[in-house]
Amino acid sequence: MDLGFFFSRRVKFDILTVMKQTGIEHAPTLKPTGKKLRIGWFSFSCCEDSTIMFTELLNDHWQEWKPLLDVRHARVLQTKNTLDEMDVAFIEGALAAQEHVDTVKQIRELATVVVAIGACAVIGMPSAQHNIFDPARQEEIQPLLKKFNYLPKALKLSEAITVDVNVPGCPMNEAKFLETLNGALKQFNIVA
Amino acid sequence: MHLVDLTLKREITKVEGSATLDVEVKKGKVTRCQFGISEYKRFYTQAMRGKAAKALPSLLARICGTCSNAHLTCSIEACEDALGIVPSEQSVLMKHLTMYGLNIRDHALHLYLFALPDMFGKDAFFDFDENDPAQHQILHDAFAIKAAGNYLSIIIAGRSVHGMNPMVGGFMKVPTEAETEEAINKLESVRPAVLRTVKLFEESDFSFDRQTSFMALVAKPFSYLNGHIISDAGDFIREKDYRDHLEHVIIPYSHASGYKHKGKSYMVGALARINLAKDTLHPKTKETLKQTLELFPSTNIYHNNLAQAVEILHCLDQAVDILQNTKFTKEPLVEPTKKEGTGIGVIEAPRGTLYHKVTINTAGNVVEGDIIVPTGQNQINIEQDMARLIETMLPENPTKDSLQLELEKLIRAYDPCMSCASHFLKLKVKGATLAV
Repeated sequence: MDLGFFFSRRVKFDILTVMKQTGIEHAPTLKPTGKKLRIGWFSFSCCEDSTIMFTELLNDHWQEWKPLLDVRHARVLQTKNTLDEMDVAFIEGALAAQEHVDTVKQIRELATVVVAIGACAVIGMPSAQHNIFDPARQEEIQPLLKKFNYLPKALKLSEAITVDVNVPGCPMNEAKFLETLNGALKQFNIVA
Repeated sequence: MHLVDLTLKREITKVEGSATLDVEVKKGKVTRCQFGISEYKRFYTQAMRGKAAKALPSLLARICGTCSNAHLTCSIEACEDALGIVPSEQSVLMKHLTMYGLNIRDHALHLYLFALPDMFGKDAFFDFDENDPAQHQILHDAFAIKAAGNYLSIIIAGRSVHGMNPMVGGFMKVPTEAETEEAINKLESVRPAVLRTVKLFEESDFSFDRQTSFMALVAKPFSYLNGHIISDAGDFIREKDYRDHLEHVIIPYSHASGYKHKGKSYMVGALARINLAKDTLHPKTKETLKQTLELFPSTNIYHNNLAQAVEILHCLDQAVDILQNTKFTKEPLVEPTKKEGTGIGVIEAPRGTLYHKVTINTAGNVVEGDIIVPTGQNQINIEQDMARLIETMLPENPTKDSLQLELEKLIRAYDPCMSCASHFLKLKVKGATLAV
């Protein structure tokens, strides 16, 4: 039996408690332990607005995060990406195709905590807007859905995998993201 | 010559959105070279139909995160044109400021986080060493410039991504005096960093000579919002006539559409703008960058990076000028003078000319719309350049990794945006062309 499964579930429940207990305002007083938080940042069907917000948050936080984060996978930031065990996977975007579903399932297996980033990942919209098109529009887009192997309906992340934390917003709510990241830094003993 | 067999299919990194390289070489000849935009469509062309025109700009901003304020501004222009709205002088200034904030932030993102690691032989921007004085400076400059552009976007548009203040007819909020003062201070304080950025890209020895036609919206003084569409081949196109001059090209393996003009591919973006309009830049920018500007017009595609750095300085100088000379006051939104109509918006987005067209009915709803994005216009050039680069490299018997790196470097110089490009595809289905 894969004990990692139980471990990962246990940690996930803990992180929510820790986040409630710590909160954003406590994190800066903590000291680095020398460990790094292994993260992945993944984008699926979306406008990547939250990726841009993340790069804007770096303006103020890059010096604090550079020594704390081990970026295992982030297509937007680096070429050498490794899809292996992660502490936290941040996933933005809705899932438009089976290849997206397969990839997030793989990420779910590898990540202890999965965070849905932004409206498209959390509620599916607006990327999943074709789900609610009227019949005429549905018919109009059918050739493309077929040609590029779309799923019949685009999915929010929780329709494909278990999501531990939602960071809603279009783009993502910055305070909620910071609260989540700071909670993870504490939970994984990156700062103490 | 060694006759190489090689296949390479990789995801392209450090670009906006999802794209793939697909290359096949047989006996030393390139038999397949595809720049495929693999971003899945989100069907904005259909979704906009029936929407309230007032809500359209904020919907279309969601086409792309990093270009969102460009789509927002262009869509507002199209709606205002359709409804006979003449924006106030202050609104026009705020639209310019929205574009300056966007270009400072977006160009800095591309130059530092995407392009610069290549120049230093690094994989990621965070691989720069803070203990090395030169690299320390680069790290600090990058985030300081981005932060200044971000702050300008926040006080003018409400946010640097999906701004909430710009509306059809005006702006919901204007900056306070304190915010204006702070923006001026932030922008002026990063001017030395911007000059260092220009120098970095000016000193780069990356080169890929490309004879092509350059096209941009050109005005005097330099503008991202006004003017006529000009090319270095002598074309002069009025905004309203754009559709007659851009020829749609179907690229079967791509989720995006390509475009040609007079049967030939062309390039849009910062390099096109500076090639065509360097003499119209802000006087202070021209004075400071006198020597740099002598490099233009240029056919070195890597000078698109340098042109972006030049534009950061222009946007900074222009924004400071406007902020210092404007007293912002809250204004009501300008009401429509027409109940229905078709309108066109043409602007220079960071990556090149962006076209929005919209038809609005008497109920105030969108009947149909049409959008052409910069990356679609550059797509054919990118692919042709990739094939030429591969052929140049083949005699050196390149590894897959080195080939990927060189191809990605060149593609990154174009600064493509796949989030935008994927949403306006036309597909040939059994002899009929379907716009989706």
